[in-house]
Amino acid sequence: MPDGANSVLYVEGLKTVFKVRGGEVHAVNSVSFDLKPGELLGVVGESGSGKSVTMMSLLGLLPSPPAEVREGRVIFDGRDLLQCSPAELRAVRGLGVGFIFQDPMTSLNPVFTVGFQIMEPLRRHLGMNKEAARKRAQELLELVNIPDAAQRLGDYPHQFSGGMRQRVMIAIALACDPKVLIADEPTTALDVTIQAQILELIRELRQKLGMAIVWITHDLGVIAGIADRVIVMYGGQIVEQAPVGELFARPRHPYTRALLQTVPSVLGERAPKLKVIEGQPPMLTATPTACPFRPRCAQAFDRCARENPARRAVGRGHDVACFWDFDSNGPVAAAESAANA
Amino acid sequence: MLDHKPTQKTLVEVDGLKLYFPITAGLFRSKVGDVKAVDGVSFSIFEGETLGLVGESGCGKSTCGRALLRLYDVTAGSIRIGGVDIAKLSADALRRMRPTMQMVFQDPQASLNPRMTVAGIIGEPLDEHTTLNRAEKLARIYELMDAVGLSRDFANRYPHAFSGGQRQRIGIARALALNPKFIVCDEPIAALDVSIQAQVVNLLEELQDRLGLTYLFISHDLSMVRHIADRVAVMYLGQIVELASREALYGSPKHPYTQALLSAVPEPNPEHEANRRRIILTGDVPSPANPPEGCNFCTRCPKVMDICRKVEPVSREIEPGRFVACHLYETTTTAGATAAPEASGANSLSTNNTTTQQGV
Repeated sequence: MPDGANSVLYVEGLKTVFKVRGGEVHAVNSVSFDLKPGELLGVVGESGSGKSVTMMSLLGLLPSPPAEVREGRVIFDGRDLLQCSPAELRAVRGLGVGFIFQDPMTSLNPVFTVGFQIMEPLRRHLGMNKEAARKRAQELLELVNIPDAAQRLGDYPHQFSGGMRQRVMIAIALACDPKVLIADEPTTALDVTIQAQILELIRELRQKLGMAIVWITHDLGVIAGIADRVIVMYGGQIVEQAPVGELFARPRHPYTRALLQTVPSVLGERAPKLKVIEGQPPMLTATPTACPFRPRCAQAFDRCARENPARRAVGRGHDVACFWDFDSNGPVAAAESAANA
Repeated sequence: MLDHKPTQKTLVEVDGLKLYFPITAGLFRSKVGDVKAVDGVSFSIFEGETLGLVGESGCGKSTCGRALLRLYDVTAGSIRIGGVDIAKLSADALRRMRPTMQMVFQDPQASLNPRMTVAGIIGEPLDEHTTLNRAEKLARIYELMDAVGLSRDFANRYPHAFSGGQRQRIGIARALALNPKFIVCDEPIAALDVSIQAQVVNLLEELQDRLGLTYLFISHDLSMVRHIADRVAVMYLGQIVELASREALYGSPKHPYTQALLSAVPEPNPEHEANRRRIILTGDVPSPANPPEGCNFCTRCPKVMDICRKVEPVSREIEPGRFVACHLYETTTTAGATAAPEASGANSLSTNNTTTQQGV
């Protein structure tokens, strides 16, 4: 459960709805979290769990209509981003918050040189002249370990490989020294050996620059390697939040537990059969009034169908939105969870 | 290739398979080069086993899988399935072979015709290759839908009404329609969510047990291949660099590329992750149109020697049933004995330099 004090980004009760033909899709439901300076927060979930939409809502990156951010507060730099004018938001994007998108193939503009695209935020946000921007752009390419940086500035995106393009994306996101970097599945489109290179680069950059990072992924392995703290999302809600070691050692939500069991590994024992989570992720056409994981949950009981569980603390920095208590292996007492909520 | 378990029957035998795509240029589309997508690949698949084929994108694993069913015309080499060399069959004879070999495609969205119902999709192979009447066909379609865990009520729906995992089930049912012996699964789970991947993999395993199928399972997901495959082949730039049983390959990878590939897979365990020694490869995969001289991996290999830049290593059996194409394991043979001292002695300085550079 987040508290507003000394965090760089503080999100409370965020709710995003898409208007579609024949109704609404409630993609994000009352999501609250915070981000401490210098930490790497991992956000895990399947496709459609609302992890990307949450982050895009923060910066007003979703087209409206169909998207509508209905409720919530996003405090960054002492301001509520949801109340900001488009001009103010534009200053926050790039300058205060950098964004790396999933697909390096489509997120760079093919008709401009890479140098131009790195220099764009520098000239726009920091008011640098061409020469200074060029120098800084070269530094940035060197920072993300692209050889022959000076020459490569004049190249177009198609002259770079996938891993190199993702490095360029990272250079652009870092151009104005943002306090927060949001990375939306930055390695999903890359091969494992290239992914390892990018993860190494991020570790190195964190040491050098010390910005806070939100890392969205569906790969639990990546999370285990780089995150400090993890949020697990399901059906547009945060179902569990914990420090990374705690989450993998002592998962408290049935979904997290099941997810950890379905993933095979290259080390250790090989299970004769994979555990599966039966069923499909939910389609959220209205504000949930019951637990969204209920139809696929082995622990579900009658209360799960009546109310949507609120997040309750189960340890230091560890909270879970579930009525089931794995310590006593029984339902949580109604009074206790109400008091915590 | 030698058979490591003589009791097992070989179903698929590939020998020196090459598949080049021509590069053309100019007004008259004259040929200026080749993309060597698959460049001299040999392996065999035993009846009832699953061979995993892993590698990074662009290494030729999908092309290899498609060539095996002759969805491409091969440039050279032979592919024997059940004793018949399908690389040289005529179109007619090949068509009669089709029922024994089928394919499950990567993208369940793109591989199902959006204007056909599920029953139409699953029944199409039956239309083409059998003389079943309408009622028999419908009975078979229902049977297949039951086998892959789709409700019979869905038979008249269209693919758009299904989720990714269910669509992949439709694709699997279609592949099973003609009782094939051999199925090429080309990244069947890559487009699916983690929790759905496990469902599809379990289904494939169940069907294998029940129907005695033989799979070639192509994937870039090394942890899933470890789960499903009996033996694993690792491809790099059109060639198989290592082929071994699952335990041997994951337990002690021999080829430097396999070692790097396995060490790059993130583990869902923070403690392991913190203490793991990672081999980070520098650079990217070279273009298959212009592969480096000598060993294909020499531009990225952390253990590169001088000989690697000159002589192409051949795949040899270093342990029973274990094939590695690397100069590191050639010292025991006569061919390697003459070449190795030269490389390690006189040029050790330059070798050292390269390795440090690559490590940075």
